Amino acid sequence: MRRLVFALLLFIAAALPAAAIRPDEILADPALEVRARELGKELRCLVCQNQSIDDSEADLARDLRKIVRERLVAGDTDPAIRTYLVARYGDFVRLDPPLRVATAVLWFGPALILVLGAIGIAVFLRRKPAATAAPAALDSNDRARLERVLAEDDRR
Amino acid sequence: MRWLFLAPLLLFAIVAGYFAVGLTRDPGTLPSALLDKPAPDFDLPPLLPGKPGLATADLKGAPVLVNVWASWCVPCRAEHPVLTRLGREVPIFGLNYKDKPEDARRFLVELGDPYRRIGVDPSGRVGIDWGVYGVPETYIVDAEGRVRHRHVGPLTDRVVAETIRPLMKSLAR
Repeated sequence: MRRLVFALLLFIAAALPAAAIRPDEILADPALEVRARELGKELRCLVCQNQSIDDSEADLARDLRKIVRERLVAGDTDPAIRTYLVARYGDFVRLDPPLRVATAVLWFGPALILVLGAIGIAVFLRRKPAATAAPAALDSNDRARLERVLAEDDRR
Repeated sequence: MRWLFLAPLLLFAIVAGYFAVGLTRDPGTLPSALLDKPAPDFDLPPLLPGKPGLATADLKGAPVLVNVWASWCVPCRAEHPVLTRLGREVPIFGLNYKDKPEDARRFLVELGDPYRRIGVDPSGRVGIDWGVYGVPETYIVDAEGRVRHRHVGPLTDRVVAETIRPLMKSLAR
């Protein structure tokens, strides 16, 4: 049974998406490699556009992974590496877009639509009961008028 | 409240406007991060004897085209006749990107050499400094050495007539 479970786990492990990072790219220092993986996940492969550089087999993605690692070894901070790449490829290189005036719609648009929708629903729900409410009861004046009108009708 | 019935129409117009712009754009072409900024610092060795290499200093003085190419790049072959014709009008500098020098030389012997200067970038590092993400790419650099335009993909006669030539003319003034 144990063997079967183990074999199954091995099988599942092989089916998981593997990062495109080659063994010879991995840094000797595990702490730096962890940072390289974190950065690699949030940097876009410009050729394939919707993959991170860690997931992409493209030549350019490999070059960018190498640059990230070289700069880590040279002692650069994570923000410095991001700035380095944004200077060359623009904000598009980041899969996690920064908050700017140009990206404000992207960040706040969904919340704004949610609020507008909530206001719309609130207005709709408040107005509805008023429309279906029973008409006001007749006062003595109205009643007298009504009887007069009905009496006239009977005479005809 | 009387005009509330127009709200869906307005909403439709807004969405249609977004689609009209968004769907006609090519998501594969990115704007250059270097636009209106000075060209990156680099100094590349020559490919051919008798033809100089390419460095940042060479980009100053007159507007030029910088064409990023490689012998392994199929669209580069397609744009080559366009470059050859364009090379008679304006100076074109070549940036040979991640290529083997002997392959690059064979490419030029076979098809002709439209470049005034060619710099060799075997590692692709200078390419990355330019923000290259696919070859061929063509940059227009003004007389002050600032990047003014980038075209991604092969140059065609239409691109030259509509974009490249008018911009080069306005920069030459």
